[in-house]
Amino acid sequence: MPEETQHQFDHARRAGFGPSDDIRQQRAQGALVKEEVAPAPGAATEPIWMALGYEAVRQVMGDHVRFSNQRRFRAQAIRGGSKHRPQEMSGHLMDYDQPEHTRLRKMLTPEFTVRRIQRLKPVTEQIAERCLDAMERAGQPADLVDLYASPISGAVLCELLGVPRDDRREFLVKHQWQLEQDRSRKDRAAAQAYTSGYLRALVKRQRKDPDEGFIGQLIRDHGDNFDDEELLGICGLMVLAGLDNVTGMISLGVLALLEHPDQLAVFLADPEKNVDRVVDELLRFLSVAHAPTPRTAVEDVVVAGQLVKAGEEIVCSIPMANRDPALGPDVDRFDVNRDPLPHIAFGHGIHHCIGAALGRMELRTAYLALWRRFPDLRLAVPAADVPHKTNSIAYGLEHLPVAW
Amino acid sequence: MVEVRVDPEICAASGMCKLLVPAVFDQSEEDGTVLLTDPVPPADLEAKVRTAALRCPAGAIAVHEMETDAS
Ligand code: HEM
Ligand code: HEM
Ligand code: SF4
Repeated sequence: MPEETQHQFDHARRAGFGPSDDIRQQRAQGALVKEEVAPAPGAATEPIWMALGYEAVRQVMGDHVRFSNQRRFRAQAIRGGSKHRPQEMSGHLMDYDQPEHTRLRKMLTPEFTVRRIQRLKPVTEQIAERCLDAMERAGQPADLVDLYASPISGAVLCELLGVPRDDRREFLVKHQWQLEQDRSRKDRAAAQAYTSGYLRALVKRQRKDPDEGFIGQLIRDHGDNFDDEELLGICGLMVLAGLDNVTGMISLGVLALLEHPDQLAVFLADPEKNVDRVVDELLRFLSVAHAPTPRTAVEDVVVAGQLVKAGEEIVCSIPMANRDPALGPDVDRFDVNRDPLPHIAFGHGIHHCIGAALGRMELRTAYLALWRRFPDLRLAVPAADVPHKTNSIAYGLEHLPVAW
Repeated sequence: MVEVRVDPEICAASGMCKLLVPAVFDQSEEDGTVLLTDPVPPADLEAKVRTAALRCPAGAIAVHEMETDAS
């Protein structure tokens, strides 16, 4: 990540498993509210819209014609299409608008279908079992984030990209460093150079000798349509989008189940049969992705009765949308018995998470394997002492000490 | 009875419909877009099919009431 780009994660606004009280109070003012936000610490504030209601969020995310994802080059986005995509943004699907987005996404989708993802299931199961072995060796209490949630999302992503086992630890550690805002600029820049250099070499290797994995398959099917920068960007995006969300869902999901023994009992009554429902309800209840890429209005648009002017930005709150009473009864309750609600934990519209089937498979595997090995899993500290993680792309836990 | 229609042209290939109602929806091996395996699903799947239509991130699924002789 170039040094000058900093993630702004002050939109986390969480309390426990749900949205914070202040964002809920804001919702009382309307489904779409205007806020003053400083783009950088100390800078003058700019108005930004927050979409907090389910219908408003679906409207904004579902309308890729009038809302652009190219926030990074706002001016061009308004004038329609950008000529100057910065090199480091090449391949970053999330920042593409139509028709560029469709071109890229159509080539990537076949690698992420429900069927294709099944290919990764056996290896995901092995990874989970290996993590459980390591937990047993480490002894109780063990940190479920460090020993289970994070190694699973990391190893599966490396399987997807084709990062060999020996290289994984260093690759993942360096990736983590580059995101940690409290680390020195120099360390972060060095970590950034390492990971992008690593991916560059990986892409070069696959160009020469494509294997069965995701990159190899892309090169075989569409090699002539991608340049190396774009392939590199795609890999980088998968790393950014495919780790924290999954790690957060595994760790927070386990905590949610432990804190709702009645729901855990329903799950464990017939794990194989119930796991898909459990995963779906956890995705909604936890909504770990705080917000999608901010959307910029391309023309004046009315949302929830308010006029959003061309050029203004909207941040959509996924956790708020997924707990909107419009969605169903008792939405603040975690209820694995309910029929799946039309939630938007994976987004909505053309940028709907391309890794949704992969993510679901990882979660399913992780919850099943954990309780198979440790049927009496319990928290090793009071729930109030479990540190939540709010400084990252997705909501999650810093640590989750468990015993069994 | 309901009749389901899908529009592969606007489908975003999310696979959501197939996950929700595998008896009715499938995904093309080639580009991941939606395939309809049962355009007139049995009554007990109607509610699920409606959820799938709501959930479809691309709005590519339509559910139509079918005329019935009885009513
Ligand atoms: C279970 C955990 C996950 C959650 C909750 C999640 C959530 C999301 C959300 C909300 C978006 C929409 C962003 C937007 O509209 O701006 C998104 C997009 C995306 N996700 Fe995920 N995601 C998860 C797992 C993954 C995985 C495992 C991968 C890949 C390895 C992945 C790759 C992507 C990519 C590439 C996009 C951009 C798609 C596009 O712009 O067309 N995600 N995700
Ligand atoms: C699914 C969740 C998200 C993913 C995968 C994601 C991914 C990315 C990526 C790949 C970049 C480009 C980094 C670079 O090349 O330097 C980026 C930049 C950025 N993101 Fe996110 N992001 C997510 C959520 C958010 C959210 C919720 C916000 C804030 C509301 C946000 C704000 C930003 C900002 C401000 C930048 C820097 C943009 C600039 O410098 O103009 N991101 N993000
Ligand atoms: S849910 Fe909609 S977008 Fe996803 S595969 Fe089915 S029809 Fe296509």
